[in-house]
Amino acid sequence: MPWKLLRFGVSKKHPEPRMFTYHEKLKTHYDVVIIGGGGHGLASAYYLGKDHGITDVAVLEKGYIGGGNTGRNTTIIRSNYLTPEGVKFYDESVNLWQDLSQDFDLNLFYANRGHFTLAHTDSAMRTMRWRAEVNKHYGVNSEVVDADFVKRHAPMIDLSCSGHAPILGALYHAPGSVARHDTVAWGYGRGADMRGAEIHQQTEVLGIDVQSGKVKGVLTSRGYISTNKVICAVAGYTPRILDMVDIKSPIYIHPLQAMVSEPIKAWLDPILVSGSLHVYISQSSRGELVMGASLDPYEVQSTRSTLDFVEGLSSHLLDMFPFLSNVKVMRQWAGMADMTPDFAPIMGKTPIEGFYLDAGWGTWGFKATPVCGKTMSHTVANDSNHPLITGFTLDRFRNFSLTGEKGAASVGH
Amino acid sequence: MRLPPVHGEWIDRSKIITFTFEGKTYTGHPGDSITSALWAADIRVLGRSFKYHRPRGVLTMANHDVNALMQSTERLNVRADVTPLVDGMALTAVNTFGGLQSDKASILGAFSRFMPVGFYYKAFYTKQLFPMWERMFRTLTGLGKVDFSSPRVRTPKNYGFCDVLVIGAGPSGLAAALAAAAQGAEVLIVDENARVGGSAGYIGCTDSERAELHAAQLSEVQAHPRIRIMTSTYAAGYYADHWIPLVASDVMTKMRAQSIVVATGAYEQPSVFRNNDLPGIMMASGAQRLMHRYAVKPMQKVVVLTANADGYRAALDLAAFGVEVAAVVDLRAQTKIDPSESESQVNAKGMRILKGHCIAEAIAGKQGKSVAAVVVARLSASGEAEVAGQETIACDGLVMSVGWAPTANLLYQAGTRMRYEKSVEQFVPDVLPAGVFACGRVNGVHTLTARHADGRRAGSMAAAHAGFGVAELIEVAAESECPTHPWPIISHSSGKNFVDFDEDLQLIDFHNAVQEGFDNIELLKRFSTVGMGPSQGKHSNMIALRILARLTNKEPQQVGTTTARPFFHPVPMSLLGGRGFTPERRTPLHAKHDAHGACWMPAGVWQRPEYYRVEGQSRLECIHGEVAAVRTSIGIIDVGTLGKLEVIGPQAAEFLDRVYISKYANLKVGMTRYAVMCDESGVIIDDGVVGRLAEDHFYFTTTTSGAATIYRELSRLNTMWGLDCGIVNHTGAFAAVNLAGPRSREVLGTLTDTDLSSGAFPYLALREAKVAGIPARLMRVGFVGEWGYEIHVPANQGVALWEALMAAGQQFGIRPFGVEAQRLLRLEKGHIIISQDTDGLTSPLEVNLDWALKMDKPFFVGQRSLKIIASKERKQQLVGFELAADFSGTAPLECHLVIHKGEISGRVTSIAYSPNVGRNIGMAFVTPELAKQGTQIAIRITNGSEVKATVVRTPFYDPENLKQKETT
Repeated sequence: MPWKLLRFGVSKKHPEPRMFTYHEKLKTHYDVVIIGGGGHGLASAYYLGKDHGITDVAVLEKGYIGGGNTGRNTTIIRSNYLTPEGVKFYDESVNLWQDLSQDFDLNLFYANRGHFTLAHTDSAMRTMRWRAEVNKHYGVNSEVVDADFVKRHAPMIDLSCSGHAPILGALYHAPGSVARHDTVAWGYGRGADMRGAEIHQQTEVLGIDVQSGKVKGVLTSRGYISTNKVICAVAGYTPRILDMVDIKSPIYIHPLQAMVSEPIKAWLDPILVSGSLHVYISQSSRGELVMGASLDPYEVQSTRSTLDFVEGLSSHLLDMFPFLSNVKVMRQWAGMADMTPDFAPIMGKTPIEGFYLDAGWGTWGFKATPVCGKTMSHTVANDSNHPLITGFTLDRFRNFSLTGEKGAASVGH
Repeated sequence: MRLPPVHGEWIDRSKIITFTFEGKTYTGHPGDSITSALWAADIRVLGRSFKYHRPRGVLTMANHDVNALMQSTERLNVRADVTPLVDGMALTAVNTFGGLQSDKASILGAFSRFMPVGFYYKAFYTKQLFPMWERMFRTLTGLGKVDFSSPRVRTPKNYGFCDVLVIGAGPSGLAAALAAAAQGAEVLIVDENARVGGSAGYIGCTDSERAELHAAQLSEVQAHPRIRIMTSTYAAGYYADHWIPLVASDVMTKMRAQSIVVATGAYEQPSVFRNNDLPGIMMASGAQRLMHRYAVKPMQKVVVLTANADGYRAALDLAAFGVEVAAVVDLRAQTKIDPSESESQVNAKGMRILKGHCIAEAIAGKQGKSVAAVVVARLSASGEAEVAGQETIACDGLVMSVGWAPTANLLYQAGTRMRYEKSVEQFVPDVLPAGVFACGRVNGVHTLTARHADGRRAGSMAAAHAGFGVAELIEVAAESECPTHPWPIISHSSGKNFVDFDEDLQLIDFHNAVQEGFDNIELLKRFSTVGMGPSQGKHSNMIALRILARLTNKEPQQVGTTTARPFFHPVPMSLLGGRGFTPERRTPLHAKHDAHGACWMPAGVWQRPEYYRVEGQSRLECIHGEVAAVRTSIGIIDVGTLGKLEVIGPQAAEFLDRVYISKYANLKVGMTRYAVMCDESGVIIDDGVVGRLAEDHFYFTTTTSGAATIYRELSRLNTMWGLDCGIVNHTGAFAAVNLAGPRSREVLGTLTDTDLSSGAFPYLALREAKVAGIPARLMRVGFVGEWGYEIHVPANQGVALWEALMAAGQQFGIRPFGVEAQRLLRLEKGHIIISQDTDGLTSPLEVNLDWALKMDKPFFVGQRSLKIIASKERKQQLVGFELAADFSGTAPLECHLVIHKGEISGRVTSIAYSPNVGRNIGMAFVTPELAKQGTQIAIRITNGSEVKATVVRTPFYDPENLKQKETT
């Protein structure tokens, strides 16, 4: 047993303070206001304090911290993207993930499992090769492997997928990992709190005060705050916040659903993704199978679940793993994905001075949490876009410098 | 111990079933559940808890006993409390280490002090050691084991419709069904139990008045012609528009109802006290289910812990079956009506009643595998067990009847707003969605007669909502006594007072979690994992909420509940996956290709011949043979997989002008034109050929993989624009082939009367004519670079056309060719394939389609974006390239990168060895600086080495397009 647990046994009272200070009131002014207490918002607050010494920060959260997509995703972390901008950005994130548990003194259950993107057609094999070549060019560990290699790492898989979608090979990304998603919000939240940032839950933003193209303040359900800098990190609610500052964006909201099985004994080590079968699967450290598919095909701002989703996903999973027939699905849920036309995020400065956007995270935001915090805090502190996010700015849609990430983000998330 | 025959018992005593559990043989009867047979055999330990591996027995007998999950060969996580016993079952408890009786992991209980809530977040994370710890966690967690050899189970699904769906066949549900049926509605009642009746079948049945009422209601329901009953089936979830999956053991029925009555009752709630998990401590309703359904005596000597009339009834019930009632312990010091009716009856039987008392703790028997006694104490005003005057009462069982939590999962999923009703200390529906009604215990109505009335009220309203009769106004009497105690929670300095049996969470864990700042219900759930186990909090969520409310000085209403999500009970993937339909489309010529030795490849939902096998030849030789046939004589390819659409109407040309980048208003009748489609961002998404049959009538094709989505998108645009034209999808209605090669005209000429001279039927012309007597649409196309015709005929005549063409071409050695040969042929011509030579960002300008782009049109999809793109510096350009003629190394593959000055400067999109050119030829995206003809480029292949290539102009073959011209 680790010595760290000893103190629990010997101390009479539970020897743990609050992770997040409760603040009775909002102050009248903050240097920076962050809208959204998810992973991205809290990470931004954390690095504002840690890297830039900016601690007069308020994080405003309408519900509870980590309650949006931070707590709804399927926790896959990888950097095997397609565009140079994406690969460099996500690679930096994967690097940051490595030390987070130590930094936080909190176990994120960051588990390196290896990630396979299965290819069932020759066109999919072409895309895998493209991604592998771009990844290797930037020093990211990805390679195209054949079906035998897949079989060695997941011996129980039916390589023929019930005979109708034979696996030809895969993109193998050894650094692919999973983590316990909630702890990421808690770790960043506690770290930000320790450095002086205030986290205000159950605090809704009702309006943003913009005068002569500059941010002046934020109106909340608990009163008005004056500030010159606002970070918007609200995923599925981005269009609503952008309406408040009259910025147009090409973001549209689709639901993304997922499900988990009852806990079963560990049998699946790697993370498997199949674009053709619209499936991805991993097994959590609790033994639950965590399963998802591609986006729902319609735009709707809702977290309701559908039956067809679990039906279709189950059918395709059984193609890969027929022996799961008797395994039961315990729970399903949905999140709201803020999609962009090129499947890359929208980050950094906007036409409004002091209004910084961290949005367009669609289905790929969780793995980017650390690097988003790093780059957004840098951007705010210097009022200049961090070099890693210059490919992701809002004005790329105006001047058509898109960052085409669709090939690597559509099902793999 | 099995009781003498009990009225209404579910078991069939005439038959004996034999099974094994943990290696020992037992018997039971048909109708038994696994648990009831084991309990009848005096087995008290049925499973081990998840975290501390404590022995656990019966809790509810209601499909919530997730500490008694079992493995039956390939079936895992079997819920023993309700799963019917089957002859020959070989059962083991899940998640034990060394067997159920001597589970080695039970040592973990001794370390519980070191493992407070969330302990695993506080350690185990050093980089070096985490993998080891994770392996340990993964060994300890998880319940049942999957058997890799178990086969895929394919089950058909049923679809059903009804006017009123009543979920729950208890007293209120049955009353609702009768009321709805009386108004003329077709009613379906669904219940997860093997028999209808709900709690009326086991609560208070020893009361003759209640029993008669129940019997009368049952016979009326069973005789009613408009009421159907599905038992052993549960409503697994609620989805939009009253879409309910009804799950039985071997089939899922998807039910669409006009209206729904939720009569799902309530979960009896445990009391929290030290050792409240010992085998022998159970819900009163669990004991009653054992007695009335399975004729099993739950214990010999019982203490009844109660806070409502149901507990007193349970005491009477237990006594009637010969259980010695040592005491009735009532948490309430006094009741509104004092003494209550059932209390008087208990008194009359001479049982001991201790009011204002609680259980301070239970005393474990040997190894914690049974309860030996309970310690009874006065309950203080603040809800603590008073130390003075505690009394130990020996018993081998304790039943709890301290309150109820509504089974509101489906109501929450339907979007019901709930409110906390103080008079019954539970959440009740406040605002129900349209068409959803609730009655009975889930609605806060607990008295039997009131439940009947509430059922009639809801049933009448549901029928009226579905269009049958008028909703009757029915008064439902308020509860005279609160059925639920607001604080059945007793702290203890030594803990082990469990709140969540799935996750082994103790009372102290909640205090600690709140102390750490997890002080709202969602955060508390996520940090402590309360309610995240297989029962999804059916017995823990409400208590957790009460604890949180008290710790934060809030009312339950202010704390609120966590979101309830599907499923109500877990559903096997086999039932969800169903038969596993994976539709595959085949053209009418499929059998013909097979006969020619086709090697198949998937193309979207279609199967297409990749090439045709020839005896003694390699794949590449076969492909090159097919290519040679087309180049030198004649070949034929099935193109029936192309999307085939028509647009008809006065504004058909206008429509096409808006969706494609070229102009079609000026296309002459009888001519075709290449067609490229972009999305709004100016990215190419599809291509095909548009032909004009008449002024207001166009026939056009899309790519194979794009057919369905393009048709859908065009239909959407047409609806949006409201143009005067209609779109018809003929994809499946036509068979189509491309007859290509220098001999194609000659061969076709033998089968048609139409004039094939280039004057009468020029390149790119479209004609309607008969081919071999079959009405056909003919298009002169040049995708593969030879003289050729696409011939489209009705699907049912496709085979006849194929046979006629093959026969006519025989003299020239006609060969069918596959997708691979076509890819090479078109590459030689420099024709692009959408999605291979384009990607998610490619504009027409980058792939040299400037000639097709008509920016002077008033509007087309993507025009605005293309204007901006055109004004900007080009980032990449598609070019042709070739390797040296004497190249002999490993050739690059598609998607290998072009590297220039150490940077990525493009990628190969197509490459192949061309026997006609005598080299490896290909196309690649490159940066503009590399796009000039003659430029040397370097392609990095998989092993990291670079291959030199030269940018050349395309087409590689017949650059002047002479093959389409008349040779004289």
